[in-house]
Amino acid sequence: MGDLSLGHFIVLGGILFALGLFCVLTRRNAIGILMGIELVLNSANINYVAFARYNQTGYDGQVFAIFVIMLAAAEAAIGLAIVLGIYQSFETIDVEATDRLRR
Amino acid sequence: MSITVAVFYLLAAVTVGSALGVAFANSIVYSAFALMGTLLGVAAMFVLLGADFLGVVQLLVYVGGILVLTLFAVMLTHRISDVNVSNRAVGRLPAFVLVAVVFGWMVHVAGRASWVMKAPGAPAPTTYGIGEALLTQYALPFEVASIVLLAALIGAVVVSRKEVKG
Repeated sequence: MGDLSLGHFIVLGGILFALGLFCVLTRRNAIGILMGIELVLNSANINYVAFARYNQTGYDGQVFAIFVIMLAAAEAAIGLAIVLGIYQSFETIDVEATDRLRR
Repeated sequence: MSITVAVFYLLAAVTVGSALGVAFANSIVYSAFALMGTLLGVAAMFVLLGADFLGVVQLLVYVGGILVLTLFAVMLTHRISDVNVSNRAVGRLPAFVLVAVVFGWMVHVAGRASWVMKAPGAPAPTTYGIGEALLTQYALPFEVASIVLLAALIGAVVVSRKEVKG
């Protein structure tokens, strides 16, 4: 595997996590916030797989990453359905304008 | 510098550059397309880490499913470019400071920790092991996952259908 070490992947995961957190904090568009969450989940997945690779712990890390991907798919389906529902009611998906549950 | 490290830095540049696009792009459409670069880069990272099956799953589920769904939502909610990017509650500067502190703290902790590391062996096919793990050790979470997916499917239909009066 050459000179690659665990640290390379941990730092990459950290950078992705930081950018995802920034995206979640600063976006006003609900879909933008969901994209930030996807970035955070991907960074966690990189860490899972990297630790599994460099600790020789079998397939536990990869199986967990599969579960994370599955939950991300469910989250995206539900989240985007809710966003579309909000858009039908409010005509906007600005998260600061949608401060009520009913019209 | 070996070829593996060079490939890693190339892929990391693509991944982080696209993630910067996701976080900073002014248009949400550009963000969605930049997200594709990030997801592809992460899939390549999985392959680089010897997780071939996971790389393909990432391609199929993320790039083929979640990203297309996101693009649909972006296109369906028009006037989307009117939404200002920055948040009034948390401005860009406080968010940047907060994120920088969190990132520095994470790197600090990761640098101090003494990871138990073993030299990884040559990459081998992982499908056999993952399949066996899913049907023995992780059989119960696997079944729960299918129920979660079913519930999400029904929930998405119920949430997004039009209300029928009467």
